[in-house]
Amino acid sequence: MKEVNKSIPKKEGLGLSFGKPAYTDDLAPRDSLIVKVLRSPFAFARIKDIRTEAAEKLEGIKCVLTYRNVPRNIVTRAGQGYPEPSPHDKFIFDKYVRYIGDEVAAVAAENEAAALEALKLIEVDYEILEPVLDYEKAVDHPSVIHPEKEAHEMFPIGYKPERNIAAEYHMSFGDMEEALDKCEYVVTERYYTQAQNHTAMETHTSLAYVDLQGRLTIVSSTQTPFHARRIAAEALGLPIEQIRVIKPRIGGGYGGKQSLHGEFITALTALRTGRPAKLVYTREEVFEASYTRHPMRIDVTIGADRDANIKAIDMKVLSNTGAYGEHALTVFMVAGSKTLPLYNKAEAVSFGGTVVYTNTTPAGAFRGYGAIQGNFALESTIDILAENIGIDPMEFRTRNMIKEGESSPVFRIMGEGTEGVDMVMESCKLDYCMKRAMELSGWKDKSKRRRQNGKKIKGIGGAIAMQGSGIPCIDMGSAVLKLNDGGFFNLMIGATDIGTGSDTILAQIAAETLGVSTDKIAVYSSDTDLTPFDCGAYASSTTYVSGNAVQKAAMKMKAQIEAAAADRLGLLTEESEFDGEAIWAKDRSKSISLKELSTELYYSYKQKQLLVCGSYCGEISPPPFMAGFAEIEIDIETGKIDLVDYTAVVDCGVTINPKLALIQVEGGLVQGIGMTLYEDVKRTEEGRLLTNDFIKYKIPTRKEINKLTVEFAESYEPTGPHGAKSVGEIGIDTPPAAIANAIYNAVGVRFTKLPITPEDVLLALKKKAFDMD
Amino acid sequence: MNISFRINGTNKNVDIKPGELLYDVLKSIGISSVKKACETSSCGVCTVLLDGRPIASCSYLAAKAHGHEITTIEGVSREAEILGSLMNSEGAIQCGFCTPGFMLTVIAMKRELQNPDEQAIKNYLVSNLCRCSGYEGQLRAVKLYMEVPQ
Repeated sequence: MKEVNKSIPKKEGLGLSFGKPAYTDDLAPRDSLIVKVLRSPFAFARIKDIRTEAAEKLEGIKCVLTYRNVPRNIVTRAGQGYPEPSPHDKFIFDKYVRYIGDEVAAVAAENEAAALEALKLIEVDYEILEPVLDYEKAVDHPSVIHPEKEAHEMFPIGYKPERNIAAEYHMSFGDMEEALDKCEYVVTERYYTQAQNHTAMETHTSLAYVDLQGRLTIVSSTQTPFHARRIAAEALGLPIEQIRVIKPRIGGGYGGKQSLHGEFITALTALRTGRPAKLVYTREEVFEASYTRHPMRIDVTIGADRDANIKAIDMKVLSNTGAYGEHALTVFMVAGSKTLPLYNKAEAVSFGGTVVYTNTTPAGAFRGYGAIQGNFALESTIDILAENIGIDPMEFRTRNMIKEGESSPVFRIMGEGTEGVDMVMESCKLDYCMKRAMELSGWKDKSKRRRQNGKKIKGIGGAIAMQGSGIPCIDMGSAVLKLNDGGFFNLMIGATDIGTGSDTILAQIAAETLGVSTDKIAVYSSDTDLTPFDCGAYASSTTYVSGNAVQKAAMKMKAQIEAAAADRLGLLTEESEFDGEAIWAKDRSKSISLKELSTELYYSYKQKQLLVCGSYCGEISPPPFMAGFAEIEIDIETGKIDLVDYTAVVDCGVTINPKLALIQVEGGLVQGIGMTLYEDVKRTEEGRLLTNDFIKYKIPTRKEINKLTVEFAESYEPTGPHGAKSVGEIGIDTPPAAIANAIYNAVGVRFTKLPITPEDVLLALKKKAFDMD
Repeated sequence: MNISFRINGTNKNVDIKPGELLYDVLKSIGISSVKKACETSSCGVCTVLLDGRPIASCSYLAAKAHGHEITTIEGVSREAEILGSLMNSEGAIQCGFCTPGFMLTVIAMKRELQNPDEQAIKNYLVSNLCRCSGYEGQLRAVKLYMEVPQ
């Protein structure tokens, strides 16, 4: 391997570091109208009347939009495959507002000051309705959040809006009762996870303009340009051929931009006024009115026999999708489908539950996508069970966890919104990950003894995790490869680089396949007019799904180059061979350089363009795996938890670009650590979000991250491009359980609710001391 | 009102409204490298140097910049190229949105601190948030940059 498994610096890295114009707002024409949104001050209300005349008359106001003057087409904003597994329950604007922050109206003005002034002049009479704020009381609540007759599911997802149910699902195999009867040890525990916010540094931004041909162009910080085009056409009632979506560079996504936020409004403004229009969310809007992680309540029961063999796992989930059902079913299903296969020898497994609507900020996709919530519950319970049995928790895991060559019935039963696919783990180095992470973290020594130094106690805990590599049989990626005169290539991909470096690693995959240097590949991505289809950057798709598409395209290109050269050299096609520089007769009797051949092809000999397309839709989704170990230190006087070191050993197949893979894992770990220890979500009784800026909502700073120790297992996935699996999400999954297990190891207190704050620790320690007295 | 300041070595004279923030004024004169991400001076994304010291331009009154020297990443291109290359080699430039503000803070730190240890580096850079990288790649690059002769 020459060009993959090589840390080539990101192609656009230096350009970004110099701050060159790259992001949506940078690209907005200087005469762009500024769009601002009037948002609901009530968690649930019906708009009785709305008066916009005064706002419209204000100088500089070009357009005011409300439910009265926009198309009324119901859609889901979730950027997912089609038919969509999320219920259609969102209008551009509606008479009902369903959370504090929901869109009431929008204004477009010559400048920001005028837009803000106009918002104040819009008069709205609300009929305030009783909101549903507690998701444990949402089902059959007297308030029905989606009474509109247009709300519907595209295929059966258990949608019952009259009961505030956005989705429901249940599956089981084996005889649960019989399996539990065989178990000497059974543990049942309940867990809660919170509505984490993505906090991408670039806030949601969209720009729209009408081009010279009269077509609508939307430039957006989106993870899913092709889904955005489809959904915008549907919401706006425009023929899809009238829309082009461009994703420029985007300032972080993590799932938060796997949806449409603002695109409908800027598009309508541009269409109505003929002027370019941009909407840049404030940080407060991101917190209150974009997306969060789905808060969940998870009940887990695990049973093991006297020899510590796991026989039964039952997981029941109640998930809160907020005001709209975006990603409702699929995130909830992943809580099971990407955790339960870890312990594949269980005879009986059941998973099920309900996703409910509430009058809170909509939940959506977020790195981990349910797996992090499920992992916290499952991997905490595994530690409790191991203690009951009296076995080392890592030995317990190792005995029961999935291994190379094995499968799990869960893979076949559970997909994302649909049935899954059968698959055998052709690459699974989880046993190595576990062994190596134990060595690196010093588990054997540290876990067994009390490590107290004055008022500080250290603890260590671990967890294992899996994710996926794209959504099999649903999500497709594709690539076009074009040979140019002079012998370099354009790689056009629909894949969406959201800062991960996917443009670079996809070029590496093309280069490796062709045998050329990565410098010879110029990349252009994520433009619905100019690049081929790709589902987008989500579900750990890009390396595996888009990467396979690129590899297929590159193999076709290599064959075309060899055929063209054979013709030129008077050989049979099978007699020629491209070595990355030149095409040779296999007997080495003659050759022509690629540079020469390509220049002749365009100027002087049987002129024709060489251009190929490869597309790929996975039949399986090989999971990346990892073992994560947290070492923490608790100050028993203050309850403060310091992270001493986080060790992660990851199997993601071959790392196409080891440095970029490393940063994916490190970045994921820190988001998971943030969710575990710092990122608290607080609301008032009326449902107003209190934690709506970086002062009140604490994401980890560099001071909280003392040390991360990350390694990769040597692994090769036979179905992946050059042996790779995806790596975007796996890093985030283990911190909640590993840290909770480490805290238990240190002070003997079990936390089952996230985040775990110093106040929680201190209260628990006081209660424990009190109970012991 | 009218203010004058030096921006990346050039004198600039601009008409501003009294309450206008430095970030907005820099944008209006065509500086695209400065980004905004929080409006509460919490994240460091909008960092510029004022007389060599990092400040949050999103919450700094433009009027206060009168008579001072403002530096954005365009004004430290030699250092930015060295640091940017080190960061890129570590994979530490992810979405890149925080990078110009972060690099300005690092460049100011190198000018200000003599041989800082890891804790001192983290203390200096603590106000620059990054949600992508997990900070470790940035730290690896910064340590290498601190070794580069001035």
